[in-house]
Amino acid sequence: MTADHVEPPPGRAPRPPARSRSGAAGSTFLGLPGAPRDVGQVRQERSFRAAARDALADDQLRRNLRRATGTIRDRRANVVHEVPDWAQLRAAGAAIKDDVLANLDTYLVRLEEQVTARGGQVHWARDAVEANEIVTGLVLAAGASEVVKVKSMATQEIGLNEALERAGVAAWETDLAELIVQLGHDRPSHILVPAIHRNRTEIRDIFAAEMGAAGRAPDPGLTDDPAALAETARLHLREKFLRAEVAVSGANFAVAETGTIAVLESEGNGRMCLTLPRVLITVMGLEKIVPTWRDLEVFLQLLPRSSTGERMNPYTSTWAGVTPGDGPREFHLVLLDNGRTATLADPDGRAALRCIRCSACLNVCPVYERTGGHAYGSVYPGPIGAVLSPQLTGVADNPDLPFASTLCGACLDVCPVAIDIPSMLVHLRSRVVDAKDARHPVPTPEAAAMRTLAWVMRDPRRWSWALRTGTFGRFLGVPGRRRLRRLPPPLSAWTSSRDLPKPPRESFRDWWARYGPVSAGPGEPGGSDG
Amino acid sequence: MRVALFTTCLVDGLVPDVGRACARLLERLGVELEVPAAQTCCGQMHVNTGYPREAVPLVRRYVEAFEGYDAVVVPSGSCAGAVRHQHADLARRAGDHELLAAVEKVAARTYELSEFLVDVLGVTDVGAYYPHRVTYHPTCHSLRLLRVGDRPLRLLRAVEGLELVHLPRADSCCGFGGTFALKNREVSTAMLADKIDEVHDTDAAVCTAGDSSCLLHIGGGLSRARSRVRTVHLAEILASTR
Repeated sequence: MTADHVEPPPGRAPRPPARSRSGAAGSTFLGLPGAPRDVGQVRQERSFRAAARDALADDQLRRNLRRATGTIRDRRANVVHEVPDWAQLRAAGAAIKDDVLANLDTYLVRLEEQVTARGGQVHWARDAVEANEIVTGLVLAAGASEVVKVKSMATQEIGLNEALERAGVAAWETDLAELIVQLGHDRPSHILVPAIHRNRTEIRDIFAAEMGAAGRAPDPGLTDDPAALAETARLHLREKFLRAEVAVSGANFAVAETGTIAVLESEGNGRMCLTLPRVLITVMGLEKIVPTWRDLEVFLQLLPRSSTGERMNPYTSTWAGVTPGDGPREFHLVLLDNGRTATLADPDGRAALRCIRCSACLNVCPVYERTGGHAYGSVYPGPIGAVLSPQLTGVADNPDLPFASTLCGACLDVCPVAIDIPSMLVHLRSRVVDAKDARHPVPTPEAAAMRTLAWVMRDPRRWSWALRTGTFGRFLGVPGRRRLRRLPPPLSAWTSSRDLPKPPRESFRDWWARYGPVSAGPGEPGGSDG
Repeated sequence: MRVALFTTCLVDGLVPDVGRACARLLERLGVELEVPAAQTCCGQMHVNTGYPREAVPLVRRYVEAFEGYDAVVVPSGSCAGAVRHQHADLARRAGDHELLAAVEKVAARTYELSEFLVDVLGVTDVGAYYPHRVTYHPTCHSLRLLRVGDRPLRLLRAVEGLELVHLPRADSCCGFGGTFALKNREVSTAMLADKIDEVHDTDAAVCTAGDSSCLLHIGGGLSRARSRVRTVHLAEILASTR
């Protein structure tokens, strides 16, 4: 401990984790509390389809996204393929995270002991509301009216900036892309590149219009030259770094054996926030632990190659507690649950907690490439967001997200910790269906159709009959047409943009029954169009 | 070797030409093919739409129809993928250990068409003739679930008269995704539009793939765009002769 002993945090008293909730959960879903409503940003406010429709209508957005995701995708592929033991690294990453999740209670307590022994203070936050209360209290206790922030998903998840604002505290984002998002009164649309939806001309316009009100204004003649934009941001931010008394960060990793926190960033803004202010507050999802420094080594290889497509991360800051005469004099670590224990209790969902927020899955996702991140309504967009957001909130609050995927599998291929996102989406879909079933006494039309079809298909006689009487196809038939262009609902959703071949006169099974194996005979070249 | 064809519900009911092509092709290669009448559907649509319990009887049906065979050939990467990657999990969740044991045996003997030709029969030149410019779309489940790799391409390269052209961004999804095409039709259509542009960039006359579902989607988009490019299942190309 340093001489500057810190005040106990306001709000609720720190408490140990409820051990029965973590570790070896039973095979049944326990229905633990998720992320609370009306705070933070992990919920869709409107349907994915409606939000996606708006995004698709924005040609500029689609061009920006296609170019940006394509560039990062290629860069990642190049630096991953050059690593001969990538498969082993990936398996190690998954295994380490699984060990952490299976023994989270032990590791969390070890982390707390180590952080405390090195002069830091650990706070346990059950959810977003509690975490916001703790951080706000700490900032006010430090007598600060503003904080500088290192880019952090956890603080966006809980809506910390808004909570601080309500308490009269200004929170300044110092990551360049987060700054663009904040000045543009916008929302991040990507985990790693939050302003991926903006091109440089849009950024110039945002700087010119908004920067002056937030601090140092840009030169009146600011162009959209990337170097000029970066220099403008640098000067604007420098003022804030030098003035701020309190910094707030997230954490990429926390090493339990030494109580060390690691933040990886690319701009040096993080290093400024982590070293200059007097008080440092780190908000960390409680799954971010790695047991030892040897384990950290695996992730320091996996993360930069997967996220930015770099061989090594540019700025890696690590610290444990406080060091007299060097860096912050107060360090607070806020351990955030906010639906994570509930996720851990779900055998089909817990692998989502392996995620290291690299965003490789976003960059390869064909759906994300068309819609961008805003359509997902959560700070966690893309494939992992479609899993993680409903896991944190419960499926009732994010019912569309599990369906926002073609299950093409590109996300699983690139995931550095091998999260089987497609299978998890499929499990979540059944949960959405079950939740709807429980709410509606009468089955939804979809459920009725699915059950009827399953009933027909479980018996080959019924299925043959259905094919023969045309239940499967002929009702689609418009006489005399080779292609069907307009069908009634629900198939109108297909024919809104796609033709369908006219159903055949005879099913394959009937043809086979008539001609059998011997008469398959030689075929004509050309085939038919499908 | 007793070989059965799992036609798949889609081919059985909507594109029987693909089933006929499989029958012609396999018989030409000396396979005594059987088509068990007890078969219906792999259940993937139910699972992927959120109705796994409804799929369990379909898993049982699949096992009953095919457990007596040495190999089951499927003209669909997606349906073969469902058998190999979903059936065991469904049986396990249903708590049916007998079914699970049976599923594991049958699934291990279930092959997508190009896998069966290359790995089981050991052929790449199937004696086909198809004088057209063709581009190949590797469907997502063939590519990433089954990892059929270049087997379809090796088969296509050996076809006499066939000019194979590379499809740009071939590994990106066409946007079908089963009920995704209906539930999120705008995004699905945006993906399809890009796929169609890429197919047109190849100047091919034919777009082929190992899945009728994806081909229905791509073909439906091509037809709507009044394109002259046709979609033809891999089996139909390989079944074609002089």
